[in-house]
Amino acid sequence: MNGLPRLVLALTLITLGAGLLLSLVESQTREPIAEQRRLETLRALQTVLPPFDNSPDADTVELVAGQDKKGRDLKRTFFRGRKDGAVTGVAFSVVAPDGYSGNITMMVGVDQEGRVVGLEILSHAETPGLGDKINRDEFKGQFRGKTLAGADWRVKKDGGDFDQITGATISPRAVVKAVHQGLQFFHDHQAEVLAAQGSHQ
Amino acid sequence: MSLMSEFRKGLWRENAVFRLLLGLCPTLAVTTSAENGLGMGFATTFVLLGSNIVVSLLRKVIPPKVRIPAFIVIIASFVTVVQLCMEAYFYDLYKALGIFIPLIVVNCVILGRAEAFASKNRLLPAVADGLGMGTGFTLALFVLGAVRELFGSGTLLGYAVFGSGYQPLLLMILPPGAFIAMGLLLACMNLFDARRR
Repeated sequence: MNGLPRLVLALTLITLGAGLLLSLVESQTREPIAEQRRLETLRALQTVLPPFDNSPDADTVELVAGQDKKGRDLKRTFFRGRKDGAVTGVAFSVVAPDGYSGNITMMVGVDQEGRVVGLEILSHAETPGLGDKINRDEFKGQFRGKTLAGADWRVKKDGGDFDQITGATISPRAVVKAVHQGLQFFHDHQAEVLAAQGSHQ
Repeated sequence: MSLMSEFRKGLWRENAVFRLLLGLCPTLAVTTSAENGLGMGFATTFVLLGSNIVVSLLRKVIPPKVRIPAFIVIIASFVTVVQLCMEAYFYDLYKALGIFIPLIVVNCVILGRAEAFASKNRLLPAVADGLGMGTGFTLALFVLGAVRELFGSGTLLGYAVFGSGYQPLLLMILPPGAFIAMGLLLACMNLFDARRR
């Protein structure tokens, strides 16, 4: 058996074997991967929320925050942290699309009075050694205790309250702006977020 | 050639990065730290070993006319296995290496060894070749990553080496630093070889 049929057969068998192997590995790793992603969210929630005793990643509220270019709903997810059943803080993720390279995604947590409890950078692609200093505690820490009305939400270079980073103003500026917009949205929809029944409590 | 010399040639004499100058795209891109270099090296070694084994076992079955697509399917399968396993069990490393894991598919070291060695040799020499080339690749990435991390961040594997007064040479972890460090290391290796001769 030579010629075309043999070529087709050989390639078919090889791709079939590859497909089998991949489906096997995928089924084995599906659960650990989902668990890793859940843990990552949970870790971020722990640093940005006041102490809680529920599972905020299961106590969520989704609100429509606007529409994207194609008219699909853009949703924001709010994670509610509770202690003894009462909401102690709410966390939500914000995305800064105007960083130096790519989106910066962050998790912001506020307490009942609307004060920022913490800020966590989830993912970014800023320049190593310059823009990636937004991930340092000195930078993230200055958001703690700030409120929507009680701070000038600009970097100091622009006349605001937040330290920029030497050599990299674009990344902090994007972070401050995104956090500000997130707080504004939360402020406008606070009642809905707190009153809504969780998706699956 | 004995198995041992098949293994050893990948470490220095035919080192993929420093001697054959193959696979430079992932090499230069991920070596911003020694840890990233090691992670990428191990991932590539696993893929190289797996593809060498399978290609060597199937070398009489794969018709020469379709060998390249066959090799690529085999390599891509191993890369996907690495990617899934890394995401499941080494999540931090997975986030650090990100986009470069899928790109192992087009790392020419791997296709190069499948084509030039595994498809013409029996199983054991192919295993030795894969391990040797992979180890050499890992060593090269580790050294390059260590040099860039040392001067670019003042740390080695995350531990501070120089005192707090050290002002990191930022250039070294930016893309141009990859080329500069690579060139200096190549020069050192050439000097060493010339002295020995």
